[in-house]
Amino acid sequence: MSLDKTEVQKIAWLARLSIDEQDISTYSDELSNILGLVESMNSVDTNGISPIAHPLDLTARLRSDAITEINQREQFQKNAPLTDAGCYLVPKVIE
Amino acid sequence: MHQSTLAQLSTALESNQINSEELTRLYLERCKQFNESLNCFITINEELALAQANAADKLRAAGNASPLTGIPIAQKDIFCTKGIKTSCGSKMLDNFIAPYDATVIEKMNAAGIVNIGKTNMDEFAMGSSNETSFYGAVKNPWDQDTVPGGSSGGSASAVAARLSPAATGTDTGGSIRQPASLCGITGLKPTYGRVSRYGMIAFASSLDQGGPMTQTAEDAALMMNVIAGFDERDSTSAEHPVDDYTTKLNDSIDGLKIGLPKEYFGEGLDSNIAKCVEDGIKELEKLGATCKEIELPNTELSIPAYYVVAPAECSSNLSRFDGVRFGHRCEDPKDLSDLYCRSRGEGFGKEVKRRIMIGAYVLSAGYYDAYYLKAQQIRHLIRDDFQNALKDVDVIAGPTATGTAFKLNEMIDDPISMYLSDLYTVSVNLAGLPAISVPAGFVNNLPVGMQLIGNYFEESRLLNIAHQFQQATDHHKAIPGGFE
Amino acid sequence: MEWETVIGLEIHAQLATKSKIFSGAPTAYGAEPNTQACAVDLGLPGVLPVLNEQVVLMAIKFGLAIDAEIPERSIFARKNYFYPDLPKGYQISQFELPIVSRGNLEIQLEDGTTKTVGVTRAHLEEDAGKSMHEGFGDQTGIDLNRAGTPLLEIVSEPDMRNAKEAVAYMKKIHSIVRYLEICDGNMQEGSFRCDANVSMRPKGQEEFGTRTELKNINSFRFVEQAINIEIERQIDILEDGGKITQETRLFDPDKNETRSMRSKEEANDYRYFPDPDLLPVQIEAELIEKIRSELPELPNAKKQRFIDQFKLSDYDSGVLTAQKEIADYFETCVSTAEGEAKLSANWIAGELSASLNKESKDITESPVSAEMLGGMIKRIKDDTISGKIAKQVFEAMWNGEGDADSIIESKGLKQVTDTGAIEILVDDVITNSPDQVAQYQAAPEEKQGKLIGYFVGQIMKQSQGKANPKQVNELLKEKLKS
Repeated sequence: MSLDKTEVQKIAWLARLSIDEQDISTYSDELSNILGLVESMNSVDTNGISPIAHPLDLTARLRSDAITEINQREQFQKNAPLTDAGCYLVPKVIE
Repeated sequence: MHQSTLAQLSTALESNQINSEELTRLYLERCKQFNESLNCFITINEELALAQANAADKLRAAGNASPLTGIPIAQKDIFCTKGIKTSCGSKMLDNFIAPYDATVIEKMNAAGIVNIGKTNMDEFAMGSSNETSFYGAVKNPWDQDTVPGGSSGGSASAVAARLSPAATGTDTGGSIRQPASLCGITGLKPTYGRVSRYGMIAFASSLDQGGPMTQTAEDAALMMNVIAGFDERDSTSAEHPVDDYTTKLNDSIDGLKIGLPKEYFGEGLDSNIAKCVEDGIKELEKLGATCKEIELPNTELSIPAYYVVAPAECSSNLSRFDGVRFGHRCEDPKDLSDLYCRSRGEGFGKEVKRRIMIGAYVLSAGYYDAYYLKAQQIRHLIRDDFQNALKDVDVIAGPTATGTAFKLNEMIDDPISMYLSDLYTVSVNLAGLPAISVPAGFVNNLPVGMQLIGNYFEESRLLNIAHQFQQATDHHKAIPGGFE
Repeated sequence: MEWETVIGLEIHAQLATKSKIFSGAPTAYGAEPNTQACAVDLGLPGVLPVLNEQVVLMAIKFGLAIDAEIPERSIFARKNYFYPDLPKGYQISQFELPIVSRGNLEIQLEDGTTKTVGVTRAHLEEDAGKSMHEGFGDQTGIDLNRAGTPLLEIVSEPDMRNAKEAVAYMKKIHSIVRYLEICDGNMQEGSFRCDANVSMRPKGQEEFGTRTELKNINSFRFVEQAINIEIERQIDILEDGGKITQETRLFDPDKNETRSMRSKEEANDYRYFPDPDLLPVQIEAELIEKIRSELPELPNAKKQRFIDQFKLSDYDSGVLTAQKEIADYFETCVSTAEGEAKLSANWIAGELSASLNKESKDITESPVSAEMLGGMIKRIKDDTISGKIAKQVFEAMWNGEGDADSIIESKGLKQVTDTGAIEILVDDVITNSPDQVAQYQAAPEEKQGKLIGYFVGQIMKQSQGKANPKQVNELLKEKLKS
């Protein structure tokens, strides 16, 4: 599978990554090479093999419904680039 | 003193030969002296380390010390440390002061360990050379024209150069073992779920595992005693009983059955490295172990499967870096899309972007089955390969890396070659098994590591074998020139 | 052409837990912005989710209530998209193996018939935060207090054919989640929200038309309005030979229109995959059986019991059981009223309900408690007061003047049942109305019933309504005979 420039741009948008116009063809080559490597997976027949998302077959351990967290807004918002009146700010969203 | 292992420093502190403050100052001096050339620290925590050292001395005076109380240990900059910059090697988090401690850090703090500094790493742990770091490449103290490996390259370099007696690392596809191998130290990747991932900035959640990077297996056991265990804040952490990892170190390995995968000694392996590893295995045989050839037939597929699973998970894990609540935000975004695209475009380096894009692609509509699902099926095959092999043998041995430390910039523009160099390590992560890399000799004055892979939760056994090996060999004692 | 409407609903019910679905932060409504958003809710680097046990139990309850199958294994998936109110850049939701699979729900239509609506699935997910577009100049403010609040998304089959059916279905789900006490059902606060998928097809055609999704309609009335407007809009387009665009539309109740949502225009590729931070949830058969045995009586069962036990009509029973609190009120009222079910039902559906409506109050906020109303009905039953006087008593109770007995006492409203006293009143009226008496006596028997009303009215007026109407009637008939 090779990825042309349009596809690279599509993926970059899906992942919300700005990439420089002049880098697109490099990405196109590199990503195509990686996909080429990855496609060697097709050399093995995996019909009937169940996919595993975790190495160990464990099941979830649930927590009890209890409030354990306190308000740390001030502390957390020290890392925030832009806040006002306790809210995080982003350029105006039009719905 | 700086040539001492954790075990030796513990004894020295216990017998009042030195106190924690003196010890910490000694290492801080070395860090400051050598970091300029090696670049293995992103942050050196002078103030914090001295405060912790003083507290540790009081703890010890009060008789409340545990074995590692007062000993400086470096932390990979992937672990969140409250009040300290936690960058993950990225411009994205250059301004991020973690508001909380990772579980591993919490446990270390509780044990009175001194956090001497945050070590350099490949950006978001994506890399095998430490060259993708926003903070520049780390040098291998054995030859400063070469890389230390990655992604825990800063930790490996710091321990090898004895700027810190030990360090933490994380291993998603070999990121503890490969740099340990390239820097001539001991590195243990525990079973998936053995060490809490809480507060360890995620690269690929189903593969990531934190572990010790030390001079010796004994030191790794001491560190595991502090960091291993169930954590209710990490759903994937295992509720499996935790060993005292030091108790079995001195057990005999007479009768140990070692499997040698024929796929690990094939074409891709440098013959000099093969020789070192074979010599290492002979040492184990001298100690009473027996060897047999085994098969791990899907080994070759581990790289492609890994480079689907890891990027898929990373593409999603790294979506939270959007310039809104923390991290890099671009100047004057013109709208929301601009804020996202530029903040992320500027904040992430090239390799991270590559992997995010691959991940987004393999999960996208129409490709999921062919890539992601297929990779998870292969993951199943790889896990089965190991389980079949481990029915007949106790551990699996082989090389850790395909080569010794390579030159800086040698592979930076060739991601594929870099990926292929992870051949012996990634399958272990896909299967979630524990594995350790121990120094096994030198090729052209560069260290070579031997890897031992065990079954789930058999860290004690791996540490026992590695310790017995280190009792019989001296490779792990070698210190690079200029750092003695 | 004759068109058929096809409607499917996606209902989001916020589960009434103390803490969030994956963190220990509180879920209380109305806190200062971002004061209830912990490190996990904010998606800080390194944090991990841990599933709240209560949400699993609540979802299973719901599944059992709609006769759905609860799969043994359930998994969480990430739904990936970028939006400022979604801190991690993905929502933890369920895709494959949701916690509740196919179920069924019977709804009551206006003409009294019933219809079964299929529930495709119900899955657990985390809610997003809130974006505030006003008050921040050229910026949008993000409050993540709601982020991580547990939601049960209940997805119906496209089984509804008009807006009224959709409302009936929504009300039924609302009733069930409140009966189960898994959701407070508060639509103003967004605890119970609905998206509607609407499409049209020519009558008789099997294939579905292109659908639009109407977002976040936050009242039963708006659901009906929004769907009807959307039906009209789609028919207009189709009849003009146009095509429906598959899109998300926002209902604007002020302008009474739906409009396309710009922000959701882009076709999304959510890249669902199993969340590697969470392990599969294993649900043991014993747990399911335990929950089943502890399920409360549900609306349908309660309705049938009311019919059997209290001999109520199907309609009355339906009204009284639609809301659990009303049903509880009714049962308390009946037991205080010594088993007087019909009168209790009438008073609750009549006077009480009208008074509550007038002041926009819920039954739980009624100034007249079930015991008070029952106490009053007891006095109607034992002839202490008449039904007419009871209205006065009710009004006084509503205004906080005390319970029925003390109001009857203090206002002297006790019915006159002393035959001697009534006889005096009857004689008085007969003496003072010779014309009416003559008219009555001359009239054929079938007309006498109507004419007697005059005398009754006079007597009731004289007695200020306190004379027992039954006794008055009997005495009058007897005395007017001769």
